[in-house]
Amino acid sequence: MDDLVIDTKGHTPSLEGLRGAAADWAKDKEAFPVPWGKVMMWIFLLSDTFVFSCFLTSYMNVRISTTVPWPNVSDTFSLNVGHSRIPLLLIAIMTMILITSSGTMAMAVNYGYRRHRANTTALMLITAAFGACFVGMQSFEWSKLIIEEGVRPWGSPLGAPQFGASFFMITGFHGLHVSVGVIYLVVVAMRVWTGFYDRKGSYETVEIAGLYWHFVDLVWVFIFAFFYLW
Amino acid sequence: MNDVATTPNELAGATASADKAEHSTQHPIRIYLWIWLLLFVFSTFSYMVDYFKVQGMLRWTLIITFMLLKAGFIVAIFMHMAWERLALKLAILLPPLCLLILVGLMAAEGDYTFLMRLASFAH
Repeated sequence: MDDLVIDTKGHTPSLEGLRGAAADWAKDKEAFPVPWGKVMMWIFLLSDTFVFSCFLTSYMNVRISTTVPWPNVSDTFSLNVGHSRIPLLLIAIMTMILITSSGTMAMAVNYGYRRHRANTTALMLITAAFGACFVGMQSFEWSKLIIEEGVRPWGSPLGAPQFGASFFMITGFHGLHVSVGVIYLVVVAMRVWTGFYDRKGSYETVEIAGLYWHFVDLVWVFIFAFFYLW
Repeated sequence: MNDVATTPNELAGATASADKAEHSTQHPIRIYLWIWLLLFVFSTFSYMVDYFKVQGMLRWTLIITFMLLKAGFIVAIFMHMAWERLALKLAILLPPLCLLILVGLMAAEGDYTFLMRLASFAH
């Protein structure tokens, strides 16, 4: 249904580049020749970018300004394998899990456009399972820090008290996004399976859910670099 | 532009745009697998930076390079931004650049606070 509106509104695909951008904005018509749901998701993600950037920027600010040494992040998130302690291993595994889930999601979207119901559903459920796995590892990480290390949002025995505040705020908000994403993916996957989008005639919703999921992975890329590797 | 679209026209338009959508989103699975592999490789590299305890400017250069490469591939290929029209690209990708100003301001502010703390609280 969404597709019906687009080309009757005078979209001119012939103009490309800056002239095309100017034409898209200037004429009395829809600026974005894509389904509105996709634009809305992009705009939501843009606003979410600002939220996460505010968290990361304030983290940078408190980390620069503290006079107490920052805890050794590499050690804090290490795992014991056999008798050796491998630094940051837990986070490395979480990163790989999230990237894997992003790959399966990209393939789910691709199969969605081929109207391959079974593959799309399966790949979305696999994506959701990886997401749930990520959240599970994150709760393990949290409980380790809270119970064993005694880190609190207002203080930390490992070093600068700002560590606790930044850690719980940033990874908590990201974990919330992953959890919501898992629910979102399962709901959309069920609708794919029951043929809802075949009746609707469009698999755009799968791509929109994919946008959200890739964004969650994207945010983790920045958290991984700035929080865990700094 | 003729805004009065009769039903056959609308249907033709719908088919055309559906074809266009199919065309712009039907990529071989291969490209996703390649990007996937690249993301693994870059993640492993950035993990190695920490594992081998690379320090100083080199650490920052490497970490930020790998981060930007990963972010770029995710947005361009996985999120299909590479195949969108420029109007959407500009609307989504330009506003976050404002954040660089915020980051710059807060870094300067953080330095200032740090020096004030040293001057006022150090014994």
